[in-house]
Amino acid sequence: MEGKREVLFGKTLTELQQIAAKHGWQKFVAKQIAEWLYKKKLISINDMTNLSKNTRQVLKETYGLGINPFSKVQESVDGTKKYLFATHGNNFIETAMIPENDRKTVCVSSQVGCKMGCLFCMTGKQGFQSNLTAGEIINQIKSIEEREEVTNIVYMGMGEPFDNLEEVLKSLEILTSGWGFSMSPKRITVSSIGIIPGMLAFLEKSNTHLAISLHTPFDEERKNLMPVEVAYPIKEVVKEIKAWDFGRQRRISFEYIMFKGVNDSPKHVKELARLLNGLRCRLNLIRFHPIPGTPLIGTDEETIQEFKDSLNKKGVFTTIRASRGQDIYAACGLLSTKELVKNR
Amino acid sequence: MDKGLYETSITSNIEISPGVHVISFEKRHGFISGQVIKIALSYEHLPRIYSICNGTQDNEVNILFNIKEEGYLTPKLSSIPEGGKILVSKPSGSFVAGNESTWMIATGTGIAPFFSMLDSGVIACKKLIHGVSYLNQFYFGTEIRKKLGENYICCCSREQGEGIFHGRVTSYIKGQANLPKHFKYYLCGKALMVVEVRDLLISKGVPYENILAEIYF
Ligand SMILES: Cc1cc2nc3c(=O)[nH]c(=O)nc-3n(C[C@H](O)[C@H](O)[C@H](O)COP(=O)(O)OP(=O)(O)OC[C@H]3O[C@@H](n4cnc5c(N)ncnc54)[C@H](O)[C@@H]3O)c2cc1C
Ligand code: SF4
Repeated sequence: MEGKREVLFGKTLTELQQIAAKHGWQKFVAKQIAEWLYKKKLISINDMTNLSKNTRQVLKETYGLGINPFSKVQESVDGTKKYLFATHGNNFIETAMIPENDRKTVCVSSQVGCKMGCLFCMTGKQGFQSNLTAGEIINQIKSIEEREEVTNIVYMGMGEPFDNLEEVLKSLEILTSGWGFSMSPKRITVSSIGIIPGMLAFLEKSNTHLAISLHTPFDEERKNLMPVEVAYPIKEVVKEIKAWDFGRQRRISFEYIMFKGVNDSPKHVKELARLLNGLRCRLNLIRFHPIPGTPLIGTDEETIQEFKDSLNKKGVFTTIRASRGQDIYAACGLLSTKELVKNR
Repeated sequence: MDKGLYETSITSNIEISPGVHVISFEKRHGFISGQVIKIALSYEHLPRIYSICNGTQDNEVNILFNIKEEGYLTPKLSSIPEGGKILVSKPSGSFVAGNESTWMIATGTGIAPFFSMLDSGVIACKKLIHGVSYLNQFYFGTEIRKKLGENYICCCSREQGEGIFHGRVTSYIKGQANLPKHFKYYLCGKALMVVEVRDLLISKGVPYENILAEIYF
């Protein structure tokens, strides 16, 4: 980390152009810097060899690079890796890399901790420490061992992306722009618990996919699991999504963690079918791996399968997400909480 | 752009404690105590949410907020004089209480929805625990004392005062031997307080279904 010095990594082309203008450099210098930052391998500003010596000197004196190595990595028997990155004030963020066939999906964090307080989430138990900058978000891709092989990115790590909308949108711009990482927006999914104003701004300003954490279609139940429900009820979230034109390329999916005896009954199947009726979407069922101190336990395999089949019969396209990396605390927030406690 | 906002004038702006304001504006829509409204200063910026902090019988809507020095809205909102314009939404939200026996637990400005409930007459079988850092942060304290008497517990972590529990709300709750398990527990305030209190209540045997929280994110 480079203390309080402004860093280059995480700046959009427009911001780099502003820097170039401020120092009286030609406009193309900004593009050259962007290419070094986002397309090439570099460890210091000195590596930007097609910039003049003088330009490099000014950059070095004025800015930090902002590309930071991970501080720890753990690998699961199934190949899933969990990276820890140090951030300000002895805090850590987690990044998961999940290999599957020819894909390598990276799950990035958008905040240090989280303000949303979901009952089933370890990150929520940390409370909120700070927002990540766009640079810190994409550093989780740039600085992992698989950086050259990443095929997909999901914003499903620590934090609520739409509670850090500006930096998340900036990171998406850098990932999907030709001057940036040149990734297809079809390979990026942002997951949210449904903060409506942020979600609408995201839908307007980005063309990446959206995933919504649903977890129960019933208002009273969702309020107990996810405090956000009192402010942004899931019915309103879905109503807004139904009113949005997703076109042919953009996907909407819903995440559904299965809690035994809580949200896994035929009554839930019926209500889910009613809620999602008319929406072209996928419902992803997720096994719950209990975290310390939670009163919730996971639904058994047989019930998950039946739940999936019943939903598919009702016309809701439903899949079960494979559990990965269980031996390395892959549930979001567990590893960083362990590290946080150790350091305190 | 939030299409659900309309323009209104501030009818009063009072600093009730250092850096803490109550602003009022005309009530155009009925509300249920515990509900929130959105406020913005222009259509370009995302609105912020505030709990309504007065009774449903009033002709005005009041909100209570503290200034976040680095924040976007609150520094500006605090300096808008009477007659100044703001954008507000209709009331919404479902952090509303009924007649059940309830413990209301708040920190800081999280007292707002509870004061609205009490001011609207939702008083029977209610106990309110308010946690603050300094004694001058017991907003609406005199009115609440009149309504709840001994069922109003003040916790202050950094200063001591007569009849005030010295410590955080979590310490107060830890010290309660037998929590009524069938009561409702309503929590309001910052995320960390909510998750800590919720974990504590659960560890003391309160079913999570009886705990409802509004987080000021
Ligand atoms: C349901 C609900 C009800 C609420 N009710 C109330 C209420 O009754 N009273 C009340 O006072 N508040 C309430 N809030 C909080 C309120 O909505 C605002 O979040 C709060 O007033 C701050 O607004 P702001 O625009 O001044 O600050 P913001 O600009 O939103 O900033 C908030 C804080 O984040 C920090 N911050 C801003 N940007 C960044 C960044 N990029 N990186 C890191 N940190 C950053 C700021 O320093 C500031 O401390 C409620 C919130 C919710 C969700
Ligand atoms: S599930 Fe997501 S939104 Fe909820 S507390 Fe955890 S990180 Fe935050």
